[in-house]
Amino acid sequence: MKRDYTLDIHHLTRVEGHANINITVKDGELIDARWAIVETPRFFEVMVKGMSAERVPFLTSRICGICSISHSLASIRALERAMKIDPPDAAEKIRCLAMHGETLQSHTLHLFFLIMPDFANTPSILPLIHSYPDVVRAGLQLKELGNEISLVTTGRCTHPVSLVVGGLSKAPEKQLLLKLRTMIRERKPALDTACAFFRSLTIPLFIRETEFISLFNGSSYPSIGGRLISTDGVDRDEDDYLSMTNEYTRDFSTSKFTKLSRASSVAGALARFNNNYDRLHPKAKEVAASFGLQPVSHNPFMNNIAQLVECVHILEDAEALINSLLNMELREIKTSYKLQQGSATGAVEAPRGILYHHMETDSEGKVVHADCVIPTTQNNANIYYDLQAITEQACYAGKSDREIEKLCEMVVRSYDPCISCSVH
Amino acid sequence: MKKQGFTFEKLKIASFDFTCCEGCQLQLTNKESTLTDFFELLDIRTFREISSEKYDDYDIALIEGSISRQDEVERLTTIRSQAKTLIAFGTCACFGGVNSLKNKFPLKEVVAEVYPDMPVETLLVRKVSDVVKVDLSIHGCPVNKEEVERILVNLVTGSQVSLPKYPVCVECKELLNTCLFELGEICLGPITRAGCNAVCTTGKTPCLGCRGPSEEINMPAFLELIKERKLSQNDFQEKITFYNAFEAFTSYEA
Ligand code: SF4
Ligand code: SF4
Ligand code: SF4
Ligand SMILES: [Fe+2]
Repeated sequence: MKRDYTLDIHHLTRVEGHANINITVKDGELIDARWAIVETPRFFEVMVKGMSAERVPFLTSRICGICSISHSLASIRALERAMKIDPPDAAEKIRCLAMHGETLQSHTLHLFFLIMPDFANTPSILPLIHSYPDVVRAGLQLKELGNEISLVTTGRCTHPVSLVVGGLSKAPEKQLLLKLRTMIRERKPALDTACAFFRSLTIPLFIRETEFISLFNGSSYPSIGGRLISTDGVDRDEDDYLSMTNEYTRDFSTSKFTKLSRASSVAGALARFNNNYDRLHPKAKEVAASFGLQPVSHNPFMNNIAQLVECVHILEDAEALINSLLNMELREIKTSYKLQQGSATGAVEAPRGILYHHMETDSEGKVVHADCVIPTTQNNANIYYDLQAITEQACYAGKSDREIEKLCEMVVRSYDPCISCSVH
Repeated sequence: MKKQGFTFEKLKIASFDFTCCEGCQLQLTNKESTLTDFFELLDIRTFREISSEKYDDYDIALIEGSISRQDEVERLTTIRSQAKTLIAFGTCACFGGVNSLKNKFPLKEVVAEVYPDMPVETLLVRKVSDVVKVDLSIHGCPVNKEEVERILVNLVTGSQVSLPKYPVCVECKELLNTCLFELGEICLGPITRAGCNAVCTTGKTPCLGCRGPSEEINMPAFLELIKERKLSQNDFQEKITFYNAFEAFTSYEA
C-alpha cells in the first residue's frame, strides 16, 4: 500500500528524560525514523576533574535518580581498581544486596508506572489504582521493598549515603536485615500476582536480530564487575570497555550511540538474561518458561518480561544474601587505603544494563580523567533501527496511524530508556 | 473532595524537569504505602515522567533541575506565566546543585571534552530564581518525601508552610550520632538547614550542605572551628562548593 505517514512525538511521555520520535513515510517508503534525544547535557566527566576520589561517588550518583546506586558503585569500583584497594567481603555482599534493591525498585517503576498503562490503555497508573487495585497494590509493595532494601543497605533509597571507596561507612544493623528478610518473604505473593497479571497480557511480537551485551562471571548472575561478553561471541576484559562501546555522535541527539559487532547492540535485562540464563535462580527460570521466554530472545518487548524474571531472581538471591550476612561479623566493612596514581574501569549491571565508569587518578587520589558510558547510550542505535523496522512492518501490515504510533512508543518504552542518565 | 471530615480542593499541580537527574520527581512515586492517599490530594495536570496526559491549566508548578540551555529558559518562562505558585523543587532548582560544578570550567573546554566532534549548546548553570520568580523552595538532593507531603498538605489546607530554621546538627545530636568532627572530618551540619533527619551523618558520611544555609547560620564561628582543628582547606572548599548552596558565603576563607 503506497501510504504517507508522519509521526512527530515531542517529549515522549512515561520515560525518564526528554526525547522525540520523528517518522516519515512517503509513498509507502520509509524516509526516516528517528530516535532523537534532546536532553540537556550536564557534563559530569568534566565536573569530576580535580575532585578527590572520596567525594566522586557522591557526585556521580547524581547522574541518575533511578540508578544512583549503580553509578556510585561503578565509580567506586573504578577507583578501587585504579588505586588497588580490596574492599572487605561483607562490604561486597552488602553492595550486591544494594544493587538488588535498586534493580527491584527500577524494574517495578518501569513495569507498573511506565508500561502497564500501555497495556491497559490508560494515560498513567492513576486510573489503574481503581480498575486493577490488586495488581497496583502488588506493584507498589514490590517497589517499596526495593526501596527498603536500598535504604537498609545504603542509608537512603535515592543517592546512597554509606557506599564509599574502600567499602562502607556504616554496616546495616542485623535487626534491620532480619526485618528486611521477613518483608521479602511476605512480599513474594505480590510477585506472583504481578506475574499472573503480565501472563494475561498479549506481548507484541517483533523480532529484529541483534547483539546482546552484558557482564559475565561464570558463577553467579552478574551484578558488580566481570568479563564483558556478547551473544555474538565477544569476550573481553573489564578494562577493554572502549572496544565494546565505540561511542560516536549523531547530530540530532545529545546522547551518543555505540556499536560492537553489528550496527547496533542491546544492554539491559534481556541482554543479561540471554547471556546468563544458566545462573538464574530455578524459580526465575520457571517464571521465564511460563512466558515462553528462553535465550536468545530477540524480541525487545520481552525485555519487560526479562525484568519480571529478574525480580523473581532478586527476591530469592536477596534472601540468600541476607542469610549469609546474618552469619557474618559485620565489623570489618572498610579497608584503609593509600591514595595513588592509577586508572581502571568499573563495570556494573545497572537496572538498564551494563554501565561503565573509567577513572584515572593522580598520586593524591584526585581524578584527572573520567569517562562514563551509560546503558541507554548503548541501546540508542538499537532503538533507532527498531523504530525503522517496526514502522516498515506496521505500514506493510496496514496498521492504522494510531496503532503505529502506539507500537513505536511501546517499543521505545520496552528498553526502559533512562535519558537524562544517558546525557550525563 | 471530602476526606476525614474535611472538604478540600485538590491541588491542580504540574511537575516539570530541567537539567537534572530526575531523582526529586522520583521521590513523588516513593513512600508507596501512602502513595494512593498522596495522589488523592493532587489533580495531576502534567507530569511527563509518569503520565501521557498534558494540560496547561495548573495552579502549582514543581520545577525540578537547574537551567543550562536557552530552550529551558523559554520553557520555564512559559510555565511561570501559567502557574499561580511556582516551587523550586530540590537542590538543583534551589541552588543550581551539583550541575553548577560545571561553571568552574570554561564552557568551550567543557563541550570539547565530551563532544569533540559536535557543536552542543550549553550555558552557565543557573538556579531557577535566577530566571523567574520563585514562590517556594523545597530543598534537598533529593527532596525528602515526608517534607514534600507536609508542604503539599499545607498548601491544600491553606496553612502556613514552615521549614526548619535550625541546622542539621540539631537532628544529628538528637539521634545520638558520634560527631564527625570528633573523627577529624569536616561536616557542614552546623551551617546547613535541617529537615533531612541528618541522613548523611547518620550513615557516617559528612553533610555536604544540600539543603543550603540554615537561618541561624554562624559562618565566622564555623570557619574558626575548622581553623582551630587544623582541618584541610581544600577539603572544606570541595564540600562547601559541592551543591553550590553556599554561593553567598563562599568568599569566606577558613
Ligand atoms: S536535587 Fe539532586 S536528586 Fe534532585 S534532581 Fe537535582 S541532582 Fe537529582
Ligand atoms: S556530625 Fe555533622 S551534623 Fe552531626 S553533630 Fe557533628 S557536625 Fe553536626
Ligand atoms: S545531611 Fe546534609 S547533605 Fe545530607 S541530606 Fe541532610 S542537608 Fe543534605
Ligand atoms: Fe559519557
